[in-house]
Amino acid sequence: MDMPVTKKKKLGLKERYALMTRGLGWEPSYQPIDDIFPMDRFEGIKIHDWDAWEDPFRLTMDAYWKYQAEKERKLYAIVDAFAQSNGHLTLSDARYINTVKLFVNGFAPLEYMSHRGFAHIGRQFRDVGPRVACMMQSLDEMRHSQTQIHAISNYNRYYSGMAEFRHHHDYLPYLQVPKSFFEDAATGGPFEFIVAIGFAFEYVLTNLVFVPFISGAAYNGDMGAMTFGFSAQSDEARHMTLGLEVIKFVLEQDPVNVPIVQKWLNKWTWRGVRLLTLVAMMQDYMLPKRVMSWAEAWEIYFEENCGALFRDLARYGIVMPPCVEQIRLERDHLSHIAWCHFYQARGTSDFHVWLPSKEDMDWLSAKYPDTFDRYYRPRYEYWAKCEAEGKPFEATAVPMQCQVCQIPMMFTEPGDPLTLCQRHADYKGEQYHFCSDHCRDIFEDEPEKFIQSKIAGHEVFKGNAFRPGTDPTAEGFNPAAEALAFFRIEHGRDNGLHNGSTDERNFALWRGLAKAND
Amino acid sequence: MSSTVFLALQANDDTRHVIDAIMADNPAASLDPQPAMVRITAPGTLVVRRETIEELVGRDFDLQELHVNMISLSGRVDETDDIFTLSWDR
Repeated sequence: MDMPVTKKKKLGLKERYALMTRGLGWEPSYQPIDDIFPMDRFEGIKIHDWDAWEDPFRLTMDAYWKYQAEKERKLYAIVDAFAQSNGHLTLSDARYINTVKLFVNGFAPLEYMSHRGFAHIGRQFRDVGPRVACMMQSLDEMRHSQTQIHAISNYNRYYSGMAEFRHHHDYLPYLQVPKSFFEDAATGGPFEFIVAIGFAFEYVLTNLVFVPFISGAAYNGDMGAMTFGFSAQSDEARHMTLGLEVIKFVLEQDPVNVPIVQKWLNKWTWRGVRLLTLVAMMQDYMLPKRVMSWAEAWEIYFEENCGALFRDLARYGIVMPPCVEQIRLERDHLSHIAWCHFYQARGTSDFHVWLPSKEDMDWLSAKYPDTFDRYYRPRYEYWAKCEAEGKPFEATAVPMQCQVCQIPMMFTEPGDPLTLCQRHADYKGEQYHFCSDHCRDIFEDEPEKFIQSKIAGHEVFKGNAFRPGTDPTAEGFNPAAEALAFFRIEHGRDNGLHNGSTDERNFALWRGLAKAND
Repeated sequence: MSSTVFLALQANDDTRHVIDAIMADNPAASLDPQPAMVRITAPGTLVVRRETIEELVGRDFDLQELHVNMISLSGRVDETDDIFTLSWDR
């Protein structure tokens, strides 16, 4: 890259970092510091020496602008070239486009929420070091959201399911899973937010989204997604380091912090893993050309990576979260349970689904020898038979959802894959439902927070999923059709099966035209 | 037993020599090429030295240039002007 390197540096990296962070701060003289930073104490975290916190990359604002600008130049050169050369027609298969839909609807809005969250806590920490790092992260997250939406807008010109991504993220039932994850974090205090996002979102989740999945996007010919993905992940490396440094710093400051941080790690490991259900499904079922299975990615980025982190944190008395036991039992089931659910509930999704082919199923049974043939292949074969007979199976009922993770109650008992898992709790005369012991534990720790969860299925029954002016008492009123209209899903175009969809047809037509002269 | 550290970099023309330099400076490291990227793993510690990269690229190199092509990492980070270290060792 053509970036001038200053020959004679006047100051070393450590000195520059000190001057460009704490050197810019000052002691307030006419307002008490607790009034200026009112939010960094109520969570019970005790900090005695803020100076002990340092960004390990020692990134200063001048270097930040320089390298981020270089990343943007590289990104847009490729995004533009991909669009100018009709890059969407070089994809491995039209089914791949559905992963892009899931990405823009489910993930790009989270980046925006992360921008808001870091802008907020960047104001709330009383020390300059973390404030500067949070400000940079806030700008990064805004960049991620914008570049993802921008790159994917090239697909939106040709294919369905993306035009209403913001509305879908706010209202479509399955998208309440990612949305509620971030709302939970952003309504915590600043320390919980940075532990939640720095650890669960950056260290665990983005590694699994951006590394194996984006590598998969490259493998499937999607230069646009590859470029924004890797460009974003180059920032994530910094973010996860920031998050882990904050965790280490907090643990070192005072022993009273240890049980608080442990509780957050327990909670956010579980919340992160529940959210990853969508990624597991993308990786095992939605990439036409596959790089590695979900279970394999899991081994590297969770077992190995989180194992290393928790061994490192053991010196402070931190232990592996108890939910990890159930996570291990679910590893070989997760993607299959999710894809089976989305296949059946395809009417309310904004992407298309399909049954795995014989070749797909052989790959899945090789990757999941203990589970796939026994529990999942028979379902797919049955549904394939139904499709062949012209009677495809579809579930049209509104599913019951977990009050915490908001995922439909589709998971099975840990260690018993043939029994549905459901948990319940009573609070102030109402009954609440959960997908697992761990989601119930999270609820019971903060019931006043989670009784406010907006559950998409409940909203339908409460009549909140209809457009203004809708009259449910009118003759011939069709609640399902009205709910889809409110969700802005065009039935038969945005949802349903990939085979026979407009997207499948157009992709084949345009690819044919791209290779011919008339 | 040391935990594994890793550094994932985009595989492109900027990183070709950087990857060579890292492999030269870390005899225990192993290289895992994946589509569009490489993942370098090592037991315990991995170092990236400015001098080694400068010898291979034939120009001055600022270690913070790594940010442009870095995809992910695992391990505690320590960065100075001359050396970028990833480590789980105390």
